[in-house]
Amino acid sequence: MISIQGLKKSFGSQEVIKNVDLEIEQGKVVVIIGPSGSGKSTLLRCLNVLETPNGGVLSIDGQKLDFNTSVSKKSISAFRRLTGMVFQSYNLFPHLTTTGNVTEGLTTVKGLSHKEAVKKAELLLDKVGLADHKDKHPFQLSGGQQQRVAIARALAMDPKVMLFDEPTSALDPELVGEVLRVMKDLAHEGMTMAVVTHEMRFAKEVADEVIFIDDGVIVERGAPAEIFNHPKHERTKKFLSLLQV
Amino acid sequence: MYLNTIALSPERIQRFQEIASTSIGPLIEGAIKYTIPLAIIAFSIGLIIAIFTALARISSNKLLRAIARVYVSIIRGTPLLVQLFIIFYGLPTIGITIDPFPSAIIGFSLNVGAYASEIIRAAILSIPKGQWEAAYSIGMNYLQALRKIVLPQAARVSVPPLSNSFIGLVKDTSLAATILVAETFRRAQEIASMNYEFLFVYIMAALVYWVICFILSIIQGRIEIRLDRVVGKSGGLS
Repeated sequence: MISIQGLKKSFGSQEVIKNVDLEIEQGKVVVIIGPSGSGKSTLLRCLNVLETPNGGVLSIDGQKLDFNTSVSKKSISAFRRLTGMVFQSYNLFPHLTTTGNVTEGLTTVKGLSHKEAVKKAELLLDKVGLADHKDKHPFQLSGGQQQRVAIARALAMDPKVMLFDEPTSALDPELVGEVLRVMKDLAHEGMTMAVVTHEMRFAKEVADEVIFIDDGVIVERGAPAEIFNHPKHERTKKFLSLLQV
Repeated sequence: MYLNTIALSPERIQRFQEIASTSIGPLIEGAIKYTIPLAIIAFSIGLIIAIFTALARISSNKLLRAIARVYVSIIRGTPLLVQLFIIFYGLPTIGITIDPFPSAIIGFSLNVGAYASEIIRAAILSIPKGQWEAAYSIGMNYLQALRKIVLPQAARVSVPPLSNSFIGLVKDTSLAATILVAETFRRAQEIASMNYEFLFVYIMAALVYWVICFILSIIQGRIEIRLDRVVGKSGGLS
């Protein structure tokens, strides 16, 4: 489903991702953990080319981008449509209503009629439990509600893969659960997901595989039970002990 | 004594009333036929120039950036009066003759374009990077993200400074008097040169400008309230 080969990314002289290879199978949920600055968010952002890799080959659902050669803007746009992204800070469009946030991509990018788009938005907002808030603006919603709108907005584009970049890190603790619940539902429906998170309970319960990244390389990967209970590498052990899980 | 000769005698006040009633018509006509249309047309064209200039200034293309910077630098670095003289009195010497009103439109549009481009550039840059990323993440390209997501939010941010520009422009149009546009101030000059009541007639002209600007500031308030409702209280700065 997703294949990453030899991915490299530098910011100036600093190498953030060092030659990473990774495969994610269809329908699997992969949780990426690692210390701050380890490159885990950058890896995710390379996957939908919000960061342009300096080298490597990305492939999702048969579509390929080879960053060892030059890549056109058009092919990047097309590639991006395969993924949906949920950001730490929600990044909802403040000038649009909840429904407008979900329909914008459908009408502008997919060319759906307003009516069709609204119909689809209503289904999705219902799915994330926000049917009663469809005419509100983002500033009228709690963080947890905003993040659920953001998930609906991403799902509207029918992505093959959902990318979550610390989706609950900006939330008050009591609001984390409602967002994780929506993510769990998605996972159970068979959505392929890559999740950068500090929610170790979510990782244990939902992930098919946990990947520990440090200093731009994949240090260790395996089933959650394996990583959390029997980490092999010192760096993994140290990181997990700091989290006290 | 000298003061006596300019004193406000009853006869003089009577004269003012006559001048007021005969000259208010031409002054308002100048405002309606020239001052206001000049301001509106030049501001509209100027805004379009400003948006493209702002986009050029933040683009990744070095040439576009350079052209936009030179344009803004020239317009901001030279007096508006000199620009108007170059267009109206200067260009005919190389065979390009433009009527007063179109000359004024060209001059003021270029002026608004340069100043407003800085306002719009700042407004676009004030929209958080996450808004662009969110737009890209749902598959939008640069133009779609700009038009649907960034500019609507930037518009809200730029209404107060752009309103100031517009009010400034209304007053600046009085400079068009120097290139023979029969707008409010030129009418005042003509009237005063006949009756020599410079103070009174120029104060009347000033009142006409003040009334226009006063109405504009009320409209500005209305637009801000409306945009607040559309954009949401956060004003796009969340």
